[in-house]
Amino acid sequence: MTPLFEFKGVTKSFGGLTVADRLDFHVDEGEIVSLIGPNGAGKTTAFNLATGIYRPDSGEILFDGENVVGLQPHKITQLGIARTFQTLRLFLNMTVKENVMAAAYGHTRSTVVEAIFRLPRARREEREISQLAEEKLAFFGQRLAGYRHQQQAYNLSYANRRRLEIARAMATNPRLLLLDEPAAGMNPAETHELTELIGRLRTDGGYTVLVIEHDMHVVEGISDRVIALDHGVKIAEGSFEQVATNELVIEAYLGLQGAA
Amino acid sequence: MEPAGDTPRVGVDDWVASHEARLDQRGGFAGLARKIDDRVPAWARLAVFAGFAATLPLWMGRGDLFVYGIFTLIYILLGLGLNVVVGYAGLLDLGYVAFFGFGAYFYALLSSEQYGIHWPSAISFPVVVASTALLGLVLGIPSRRLLGDYLAIVTLFFGQAFVVFVNAANPKVAGTGLTGGPNGIADIDPNDLFGYELTTRTQQFYFLLFVVVAVLAGLHFLNESRTGRAWRALREDPLAAQAMSIPVNRLKLMAFAFGAGIAGLAGCIFAAVLTAVTSGNFALPILITIYAIMILGGIGSLTGVVIGAIVINVSFQFLAPENPQNNARVLFYAVVMLLLVLGVRPWWRLGVVLGGVAVLGFAANAVVEAISPSWTAGAVVEAGRLGFISDWVIVPAGHDRFANAAYITLVVAVLTLTRVRGWWRTGLLIPTVYLSAIVWETSFVEQPAVARWILFGALLVFLMTVRPQGLLGTPRVEIV
Repeated sequence: MTPLFEFKGVTKSFGGLTVADRLDFHVDEGEIVSLIGPNGAGKTTAFNLATGIYRPDSGEILFDGENVVGLQPHKITQLGIARTFQTLRLFLNMTVKENVMAAAYGHTRSTVVEAIFRLPRARREEREISQLAEEKLAFFGQRLAGYRHQQQAYNLSYANRRRLEIARAMATNPRLLLLDEPAAGMNPAETHELTELIGRLRTDGGYTVLVIEHDMHVVEGISDRVIALDHGVKIAEGSFEQVATNELVIEAYLGLQGAA
Repeated sequence: MEPAGDTPRVGVDDWVASHEARLDQRGGFAGLARKIDDRVPAWARLAVFAGFAATLPLWMGRGDLFVYGIFTLIYILLGLGLNVVVGYAGLLDLGYVAFFGFGAYFYALLSSEQYGIHWPSAISFPVVVASTALLGLVLGIPSRRLLGDYLAIVTLFFGQAFVVFVNAANPKVAGTGLTGGPNGIADIDPNDLFGYELTTRTQQFYFLLFVVVAVLAGLHFLNESRTGRAWRALREDPLAAQAMSIPVNRLKLMAFAFGAGIAGLAGCIFAAVLTAVTSGNFALPILITIYAIMILGGIGSLTGVVIGAIVINVSFQFLAPENPQNNARVLFYAVVMLLLVLGVRPWWRLGVVLGGVAVLGFAANAVVEAISPSWTAGAVVEAGRLGFISDWVIVPAGHDRFANAAYITLVVAVLTLTRVRGWWRTGLLIPTVYLSAIVWETSFVEQPAVARWILFGALLVFLMTVRPQGLLGTPRVEIV
């Protein structure tokens, strides 16, 4: 079976600094895979390469068997890869619901003329997008419910912004979700809630998930498989136990002393 | 879905949840304006605007209808187009006024003796609007990768280049007389609506009103569509917008073309109403005025553009040098009063200030007159119904030096005012207000052309300090 998503020998360097060095990994349909590694290991770079923000110097990035290298970011998203941002890049001065509705651009078709004259297709699509947005926001239970739909995104707390990022990515109707540190800035209770949520993304949402995470409780709780990176190189891959006890991984996190 | 009760209560933020309620409690003018903005649906606002505007020709003279009615509507149209480019898509376009000029000149060329072409406007209007939109698109292509300041510089160059080109393309230089050079093009055909010429101001006004209402409605629907949301997303964060499946470059070009098209339409109507165009109509001051309209009303708000255009055009025409100087005076005192009402709380403190100013004025006038009558002998210009002013302010007979001294004292007083607090401020406010009245009556009232710019500038500065987001804009938040 061809994997849903695959990095094949992907290399990228900025000047003399190699941030991805012949990266090979894959994610199968329906899997939840975690990408771990110390700061600067190249995890977010891998996301930027996958979504077309950076273009690899060499190698292939395959999605559903198709090479996405060189495609514009919005094209890649339309194919079915959606991401969240570690640094939170919401549309702050738009309402919560509009944030989600805006992400439906790629799979709607009505033109400017249809919108201005409120022709049938524009009206129908508006209804559908509105419903879609409510559905995606309902995924987070009470957190993003009701009155929050009409709040400007900047009113949201940090944890809710992370949730909204996920809801927005879901609205692009992706098959693969790339979550960049979804638990950053959350308290233990919220982190626990998020762990369950990522599981539900697969069971209820039917998404395949690749997640960058620093919190090892989250990684342990959700991952089918863990991939560890350091200095742009894959240093370990396997189950959480295998990776967590791998000497190279311990060395990358703690230095040589830790490995000894 | 999870039942609401099951989720942990940790992190449920009461402060955020009560945000709207707190806004509702906000009193005063800002709170009221917000409530009106929130509660009154868009169609009702449009109906009120159109209904009121439709009565204008019934009670306004021809000249007033022209400068207050027609000009305001043209400014609204221009503001709406700019709002698409800057307010929605967030592209700082400083060449916008050139599209207005292009539309006007192109219509003029198609409807005058310049080349002996007289197209019916049912054909020339769509042709001009489409060409202007195309020009916007063409200019957008090289500019679409530029951001912020760089885009502003390139578009500003284009706007200036247009004026230079129009001035230079005259018979002597180009040999064709394309634009008539600095003289412009005269005797342009009026708008003929399927053979029915709109020659009276009333007809032109109603046609323009219809266009403005149609554009307002169209833009409202567009803003609430996938395209409108994509534009706003692109304004907020282009990278995130692209990652959310929005083709950023195509949408930038669409915004350019759309804004340019509306400016082109405004240009057509402008040329047809004025029946003459010159390059001066499309220079930098007009661009600044259009920006002021949009910023005053609140960037991104359609109602804001309408209100901004009304406020700016009406106050500007009202203060025009041809108008009686009393207009400016009434506005001046109204602005001072408004500032006091808005700025001095609670109401009894306001009462103390107003009473103090009145008493101080009459007392000072009486005392000064008792000492030396010539000090109050200066003529108060055309006070009319406000005749009591001559018993209130001190206007000496020959007052050049006195006026300058008063002006400098006023500046010092205002600066001091910003440094003191509490009762000191209230106390100092009384002579400061009185002093400003003296400065007005001795210097500005005699130079209405200067005074209107100063008043206008002071009004804008004040508004931008109090409400940086404009009258109806929502506050922008940037969190890095």
